[in-house]
Amino acid sequence: MSHPQVLFARRRPGQTVSLETYLQEGGYQALGGAVGKQAPAALRKLVLDSGLRGRGGAGFPTGQKWSFFPADAPGPKYLVCNCDEMEPGTYKDRELLVADPHALVEGMALAAYALGVTHGYVFVRYDYEDVFRALERAVAEAHGAGFLGERILGTDFGFELHVHGSAGRYILGEETSLLNGLEGVRPNPRLRPPFPAQRGLFGRPTTVQNVETLCNVPHIALHGAEWFKGLALTPGEAGTKLFGLSGHLNRTECFELPMGVPLREVVEVHGGGVRQGRRFKACLPGGASTPYLTAAHLDVPMDFGNLDRAGSRLGTAGVTVFDERTCMVAATLNLLTFFARESCGWCTPCRDGLPYVCYLLERFERGQAGREELALLKAQPAFINQSFCALAQGAMGPLEGLLRHFEQELLDHVTRGGCPFGGA
Amino acid sequence: MDAKLEQDIRAEFEPQIRACAHPQELVVHLLRAIQREHGWVPDEGVELAARLLGLQPIQVEEVATFYDKIYRRPVGRRVIHVCDSICCWSRGEQEIRAHLEARLGIRLGETTPDGVFTLLPTCCLGACGRAPAMQVGFRLYGELTPDRVDRILDEERRAAGQGDPP
Repeated sequence: MSHPQVLFARRRPGQTVSLETYLQEGGYQALGGAVGKQAPAALRKLVLDSGLRGRGGAGFPTGQKWSFFPADAPGPKYLVCNCDEMEPGTYKDRELLVADPHALVEGMALAAYALGVTHGYVFVRYDYEDVFRALERAVAEAHGAGFLGERILGTDFGFELHVHGSAGRYILGEETSLLNGLEGVRPNPRLRPPFPAQRGLFGRPTTVQNVETLCNVPHIALHGAEWFKGLALTPGEAGTKLFGLSGHLNRTECFELPMGVPLREVVEVHGGGVRQGRRFKACLPGGASTPYLTAAHLDVPMDFGNLDRAGSRLGTAGVTVFDERTCMVAATLNLLTFFARESCGWCTPCRDGLPYVCYLLERFERGQAGREELALLKAQPAFINQSFCALAQGAMGPLEGLLRHFEQELLDHVTRGGCPFGGA
Repeated sequence: MDAKLEQDIRAEFEPQIRACAHPQELVVHLLRAIQREHGWVPDEGVELAARLLGLQPIQVEEVATFYDKIYRRPVGRRVIHVCDSICCWSRGEQEIRAHLEARLGIRLGETTPDGVFTLLPTCCLGACGRAPAMQVGFRLYGELTPDRVDRILDEERRAAGQGDPP
């Protein structure tokens, strides 16, 4: 089943699109059509009307975020692209940037024009050396061709873009932690309010957006809000979505599919079905912090609204599939171990609560748990959800999914005195 | 850390620092550069970064110790980060980790006696479609099997012996 390709339209296996190819295939036309010709406010309105929502996990409407931004305020303001892609199961931004880095440069230049911003940063995780190199080259090429720097396309609009290489840690993907990381201070998250739109990088108004979100902007600018909405298969949704497939599938690749594509099509058609002919048991629909979906959810359309209604979240749309032989207690223990290790230690619910959840899940795996541990496990989310930032709240996603859909599996660990799948 | 390294770092960073409105933002960049040249960041590296940026050493230290890919202790010439997050877990990460430990004769967190390899766990490397995966220096390796791990270790050991950068 083939679907319209927008973000991946220029993608070629094993290649990175150069400036020359990008221009041949329609690149920088959106920037040329907007800068000096369209009012920044009109571009902000267009993005609002398009229904674009953030692709980094939270799904906040981009146009609404931009409407809070003091675009006309004097003084420095910043646009930051979050490419600290470290949510387990998520690799779409890497695929996108290695294939087509100029798409981000153009998207950021357009967003900067819309928001009255003159300086931007791309925050790249340590391990994405391939992305870092592709972006540095694209920024240099764009600079040389007059798409970045002073007086872009001969207008009085200027925009400088810097690429920042980080040094590890998942928490940097939290936007206020990321801003501290960029400033060179210890990157614990910041208290909100003030929100970054008021006081962000270096105390100045700042907007932080995900890679895929920004890469959509040139297409919306070129083809309009109605076209963008029309890409989705489900009402009230908009655009395409990059789905990174992983886990027990035959084909674990990244695909651009319409928003609202049914989970069944993702798994059976694009993912080639569950490997070794086994049955689908569950999946994380959007990265490590999203509650599990089960075989009962295979007909759910993969979009923001439908996944909320199904008790989960679209998140990053990194779909990790588990076959029938997977112990969901062990899977959840793996996920919680990740979150516990990546906790920055700033607040008690996260620093102490997540290791305690791991301790309880280990007891189930080792056959040391009874109904008392089950009650304790159920009591954790209410406490841990009081955490300072969203990291620990995200960690509660798989735990709540486990308790909601696989309580019987926890009880089986109790009655059998250990893991029924032979784990631990 | 030798004097030549300090000279090189100064030559690389002093113009950038002068041109930068907020020099502190260069701290991670500086620490990575020191690590690139020295393999890890010794106390003298923290102090050098502090001097160059006009900070107290503690302000650099609290940044350096936050990140798991800034090494504040000696490491081997090749640091292996083996992914243990969910996608790699679902595709045999435990077997790969056990094989690495057996083959290298070390546990996670240790360095081989010849100083070539340090073995560390890492969270998701963003190579979920190619699980199980590991990173050696800046090189990413996916679709690992024990045989493939053996070949990679041989190749990396040879490259380290020739003084190739990680």
